Amino acid sequence: MAEVERILLEYNIEGGNFTRAGYASSQIKKVLKQMQVDLGVIKRTVVASYEAEVNVVAHAYSGTMYVAIDPEAVCIELVDEGPGIPDIEQAMQEGFSTASVSVREMGFGAGMGLPNIKKNTDHLEIDSQVEKGTRVAMTIFLDPARRNKEQQQ
Amino acid sequence: MDAARLPGPKAIKTGVMQIKEIAGILDARVLCGEDKMDYAVDAAFASDLMSDVLTLKDDHVLLITGLANTQTIRTAEMSDIHCVVFARNKKVSEEMLELARENDMIVLECRYSVFKTCGLLFTAGLSPVF
Repeated sequence: MAEVERILLEYNIEGGNFTRAGYASSQIKKVLKQMQVDLGVIKRTVVASYEAEVNVVAHAYSGTMYVAIDPEAVCIELVDEGPGIPDIEQAMQEGFSTASVSVREMGFGAGMGLPNIKKNTDHLEIDSQVEKGTRVAMTIFLDPARRNKEQQQ
Repeated sequence: MDAARLPGPKAIKTGVMQIKEIAGILDARVLCGEDKMDYAVDAAFASDLMSDVLTLKDDHVLLITGLANTQTIRTAEMSDIHCVVFARNKKVSEEMLELARENDMIVLECRYSVFKTCGLLFTAGLSPVF
């Protein structure tokens, strides 16, 4: 992997605008590829960021994605203004979804987004306030061996 | 249909398949990626639910879908899927094609149902993801 200093990226995400959904994750993928990060790590990172990005588009009014990439890890934080999640534990269950019909018509809203984010990341934090918004923060180690090592512990 | 005429397990070959063979079997229109017809996929997955596609761990997967919108292409991009077949005569928009070209993807349009598309490719030897 190419040596990098800290890279900071920031993207606005518009609630309800599915034509732009995925743009931020696509940019992250380009940067990680340029850095010659392990392909498996890139895939896990962008699948998790895309799921989170789609969640903001599907559920919130607006949001911002903050990305920090250093030689150790990529940290992605999504902060949105929206209805919030009343019960995070319930939202983490596979199959639970409050998505609208229009979101389901786009191929999402099956209640798999948050569990899939958890599966693909090394650390995940979700905080939410009803009728205010949600913060999702995830970390993915750039060294794939580190993930395997920490999973074994 | 006479059950005896169904291909038994021994008659079904499994393995990789090149896009040019897939396009031929499906009588599909190649909308972009004409220069990548020698690219081979290891297996295929059919879904209209992009959330399911995003759970795939495998590489070199062919996606067969009837869901034609930009998020199908975005999902393929994030999942490292380089070839998408749009079945049941779904039309691919110029916006989708532009995104697919940006990501060096191969996009095929075919008039068969998803069931027939899968059946033809499976019988011809293309493996399922699981």
